[in-house]
Amino acid sequence: MAHSGINVLFEGRNLIRLFGGLWTTVEIAAVALVLGLILGVILGVLRTFPNRLLRLVLRLYLEFFRIVPTVVLLFLFYYILPKQLGVNMPANQVATLVFALWTAAEMSDIVRGALISVPKHQRESGMAIGLNRLQLYRYVLIPQAVSLELPATINLVTRVIKTTSLLMLISVMDVINVGQQVVEANNQKYPTGVFWVYGIIFVMYFAIDYPLSWWAKRMDKKRLERANG
Amino acid sequence: MSSWQIIQQSLPLFEKGFVLTLWLSFLGIIGSIIVGLICSLLKYFRVPVLSQIAAVYVEISRNTPLLVQLFFLYYAFPVFGFKLNAELCGIIGLIFLGGSYMAEGFNGGFDGVAKTQVETGKAIGLSRIQLARYVVFPQGFTLSVPALAANIIFLIKETSIFTVIAIPELTNTALDLIGMYYRSNEYLLVLVIGYAIILIPLSIILTLLEKRVRYGAFGN
Amino acid sequence: MAKQVIKVEHLEKYYQKDHILHDINFSIDQGEVVALLGPSGSGKSTLIRCLNGLEPYQNGTVTFNGDQVVPTEKNWQKLRQKIGMVFQSYDLFPNLTVLDNILLGPVKVQKQSRETAKAAAEKLLDQVGLREYENVYPRQLSGGQKQRIAIVRALALNPELMLFDEVTASLDPEMVRGVLNIISKLAQDSDMTMIVVTHEMNFAQQIADRVLFLEDGKILEQTKGDQFFKQPQTDRAKEFLESMDF
Ligand SMILES: Nc1ncnc2c1ncn2[C@@H]1O[C@H](COP(=O)(O)OP(=O)(O)O)[C@@H](O)[C@H]1O
Ligand SMILES: [Mg+2]
Repeated sequence: MAHSGINVLFEGRNLIRLFGGLWTTVEIAAVALVLGLILGVILGVLRTFPNRLLRLVLRLYLEFFRIVPTVVLLFLFYYILPKQLGVNMPANQVATLVFALWTAAEMSDIVRGALISVPKHQRESGMAIGLNRLQLYRYVLIPQAVSLELPATINLVTRVIKTTSLLMLISVMDVINVGQQVVEANNQKYPTGVFWVYGIIFVMYFAIDYPLSWWAKRMDKKRLERANG
Repeated sequence: MSSWQIIQQSLPLFEKGFVLTLWLSFLGIIGSIIVGLICSLLKYFRVPVLSQIAAVYVEISRNTPLLVQLFFLYYAFPVFGFKLNAELCGIIGLIFLGGSYMAEGFNGGFDGVAKTQVETGKAIGLSRIQLARYVVFPQGFTLSVPALAANIIFLIKETSIFTVIAIPELTNTALDLIGMYYRSNEYLLVLVIGYAIILIPLSIILTLLEKRVRYGAFGN
Repeated sequence: MAKQVIKVEHLEKYYQKDHILHDINFSIDQGEVVALLGPSGSGKSTLIRCLNGLEPYQNGTVTFNGDQVVPTEKNWQKLRQKIGMVFQSYDLFPNLTVLDNILLGPVKVQKQSRETAKAAAEKLLDQVGLREYENVYPRQLSGGQKQRIAIVRALALNPELMLFDEVTASLDPEMVRGVLNIISKLAQDSDMTMIVVTHEMNFAQQIADRVLFLEDGKILEQTKGDQFFKQPQTDRAKEFLESMDF
């Protein structure tokens, strides 16, 4: 064993390929998050409306995405979209769609929870100065709800990023899939290379998620301190 | 063959996968609760060195995906001579992940006990350990129940990721069958129903439990 | 001459940069009832919390029964069974019954036998008229009842000094009298040494042997009780009494 395993990373274009894979991962996560968070806010607001049927439908939507594991969701869309609905999308678009819908489901619950916990007198004072429903949400309820639920939303973001690790299952060329290929291609020359390749992927995920969850935690702590006087 | 026949023929295999999913979840959840409780207690009592180690573990575990953790255990460790079978890797991975989630759940509960409760406890002369035993833990456990319940559901769903190291649990069973017979509709349907059978009743039970403890312990 | 229970000398307290208490000096003899009065935010709570170690102080000394307190958490913990404290937020432990709330200190801290402690607790419960509630959980009690139990819980340790921090401030008006009566009785019948922070001026006048008037973290005057309410020495105290509609 002449070659130290860590050099697998510097062999040829391996490192660049890994970062390329990471870029695919980040791109899918980012698009899914933008779409999902926006849709989630809309659904969350709708879930505070009095219409019972609407609320039921949205609740079922949430529960479906809550009950079915994300791996299974990916395969459901991966197989069923082309076969049943005749929609042929590349795998990374399927994944983006699944993550966006899943994010929207979770976000709708966060938003709804925040909206109903805004004190009633806030809603009433808003109405008392003549705001209509749209204005009430726009100027009073949503801003308060957002600051209330920012930590939960950031945590949702970190969850989505971690969940992108499942992309390889439907053959998206994400960082893990690239990693596997690098490992296989270099197995002869670097038998311990697998440790370093998966090691760097581990570090990549940590480097993205840790700052986010640290931020969320700090915000939560500050709020707890404020609440405790 | 009709869809119904396809489903019927696959049921014995799914049953095995179902049982394995339940069993691995059970072990993983129990292990996670134990690891989480230990980490949380180390933090609460500020045990030197060990509490710092626990804190580092929690951050690493919480901020990396289970799939990568499993790859590490299953593919990377064997090159250094630690060869474990897939199921053991799965359980260890799930506990490694779940331990930090449970720790955070317990921490949240302990931190959530009102500061005034702690002060009144101090005011009657309770020591730090007595304060924990009679005031913080009983109330903190109650407060942590919703987070623990959510973690339980989460960990059961995470077992679906075991398919990447070929553990024949529910998801793996379905994907194998699809690979062999190309009947994705049927097998995916059974798969979703399989998870629904576990998770719907469980989440109802956990919600009831949450309501009960909330009603039982508070209102002061 | 009566024994001195507590003495405070040159006490200074900061929250980060904020200087909250300035050079506090006073002492209290056994059986004396001191009312600690002053506008909101003047530092009353902070001061009495320093007296049982719930707040650290940066300078000065507290002497209890002639021994200067070395302010470590361990020492305070031992002292707290001799210094009872009741807070504005009647914080009974929701996970324990009324009786277990009261017995926690005597049994776990003072290692009394449960039987002895229970007999004493029941006697105290009788005195506050709540004996029949000993086996219920706090959530089933009204605010006034909870606060009476909180007082019993503190008394169950046989403290030598009692600290009351606005114990009626979050009670409904009709509950206030009952709680105040218990404190008055404690002063008269048991000759308890105590420091009472309150906004009830009539009550303060009725029980206070002495008044400490605090403003902006400084003791502006220490006056005999009857005199303070008739003829406070400082203009600030006069204004304060007027603002309290007294
Ligand atoms: N935990 C704290 N951190 C910073 N400042 C505080 C804290 N608690 C109280 N203070 C400040 O100390 C001062 C005295 O407060 P306090 O003792 O509660 O007054 P009182 O009981 O007389 O109303 C106030 O100015 C208050 O803002
Ligand atoms: Mg105060």
